[in-house]
Amino acid sequence: MRGWGGSGGRGVLVALGSTVVFAVVVVLAVSNAPGWPEVRRQFFNGEVLRESLGVIPEAFLLNVRIFLIAEALILVLALVIALVRSLPGPVFFPLRALAVAYADFFRGVPTILVIYLLGFGAPALEISGVPRDALFWGVVALVLVYSAYVSEVYRAGIDSVHPSQEAAARSLGLTRGQALRFVVLPQAVRRVVPPLLNDFIGLQKDTALVALLGPIEAFRQSQIEVASSFNYTPYIVTALLFVLLTVPLARLTDWLVARDRRRLLAAGGLR
Amino acid sequence: MSAAPALALEGVHKSFGRNEVLRGIDLALASHEVVCLIGASGSGKSTLLRCVNLLEPIDAGRIAVGGTEITEPRVDLNAVRRRIGIVFQAFNLFPHMSVLRNVTLAPTRALGLSRAEAEGRALELLERFGLADKRDEYPDRLSGGQQQRVAIVRALAMRPELMLLDEVTSALDPELVAEVLNVVRELAESGMTMLIATHEMSFARDIADRVCFLDAGLILEQGDPEEIFTAPREPRTQQFLQRIIDAGRL
Repeated sequence: MRGWGGSGGRGVLVALGSTVVFAVVVVLAVSNAPGWPEVRRQFFNGEVLRESLGVIPEAFLLNVRIFLIAEALILVLALVIALVRSLPGPVFFPLRALAVAYADFFRGVPTILVIYLLGFGAPALEISGVPRDALFWGVVALVLVYSAYVSEVYRAGIDSVHPSQEAAARSLGLTRGQALRFVVLPQAVRRVVPPLLNDFIGLQKDTALVALLGPIEAFRQSQIEVASSFNYTPYIVTALLFVLLTVPLARLTDWLVARDRRRLLAAGGLR
Repeated sequence: MSAAPALALEGVHKSFGRNEVLRGIDLALASHEVVCLIGASGSGKSTLLRCVNLLEPIDAGRIAVGGTEITEPRVDLNAVRRRIGIVFQAFNLFPHMSVLRNVTLAPTRALGLSRAEAEGRALELLERFGLADKRDEYPDRLSGGQQQRVAIVRALAMRPELMLLDEVTSALDPELVAEVLNVVRELAESGMTMLIATHEMSFARDIADRVCFLDAGLILEQGDPEEIFTAPREPRTQQFLQRIIDAGRL
């Protein structure tokens, strides 16, 4: 019952009561604001809502598609970068330095700039064989930016596995690659699932940035709707769609964190 | 059987930074011989074992296993490690794998055994050491003694010609020490060649064919256990054993 912040039925009642009081206060404050009737007309228009629901969810499917494709690519690219960064020995210094520079650069530059630079710059080069599709470059930009973040998450996970685990694997005659694949990575990935999902929640939202290059996804579609109806309700619809997509992922993250904490407690703390 | 010793160390040196941990170790083990390394913490026992298993590169000297030098630069580290089993103080089982997977991982991946073969080998060993009913458990559900016995089984599943035991009972609650020592004793009786670093003096006295006293990175004194424990010649050995006796550990 930790979620309710109290024990048993009484905790639930208190939580319910205070939530109702809070909601009533907010509703009263907003609905009594001098500008409320106008805001309601502009943002919560029933007729525009119905129209929006006809077109925006369909456009939103493009966001979902961008998200799913980018996610799969990020999981792979980020892992490669993290592994390159963990290569041992002086021979691999140039590769390690490259991986560090990559993570530094793409975490430093605003996502919106990467999307503009790649989306307008890469097709302008007119190299034959290089796609000129805006959607393609939008996804590439998201993959590059988010792989930088996710590679750091992977790296933290790899570093968190005690070196004695690799030593045990190597002592049995497994190669470094086998030790990494069967012993270190499975433990590392398990530990970083919550922060990984957190980054993906960010990615889901940032799929809207691809609209800047032209593809009509949910945000662009709602702009079109707003422009034709002179009403902001479509933005509310789009916002709710994004929230609907992220809430399950956020709750899953919470659940995984709580589960790990329970396991840690059950095992008598860190070993 | 060739006359080459199961394990031979000649002039082995190892430093960590400025700290010279091994300062010229010479040691040879015959086949089926059980040698115990005793000495204070920091005397170099663990480092010596880790060097034999090539987990630490040595700075000078030679190490040979069954007559083949394993410290020459072109040697295949993984092939060498398959011939030498090591068991650590902290068990180091793989926490994300069941007991059976822990034991079969290296035989399938490093030796190329089929899964059925590896499992057969694993179950036989688990049975022999009273762990058959734990095959599907995960390490965090086992007691320390059980975990350490699984770690020993995991090393044995590679059919090593030599076992290195690094203070295998030091992390255990006192009541769990015996079950692990019994396993080691059984291994000794079955003829396994073993190099054992230990703080369990009475166990060393009981099981070892030979005891080596390590002090500041050198084997200061070695010989028959009775001799070392009852009539040590070196003053440093006498001091060390006196402290052990004063602590009621012998």
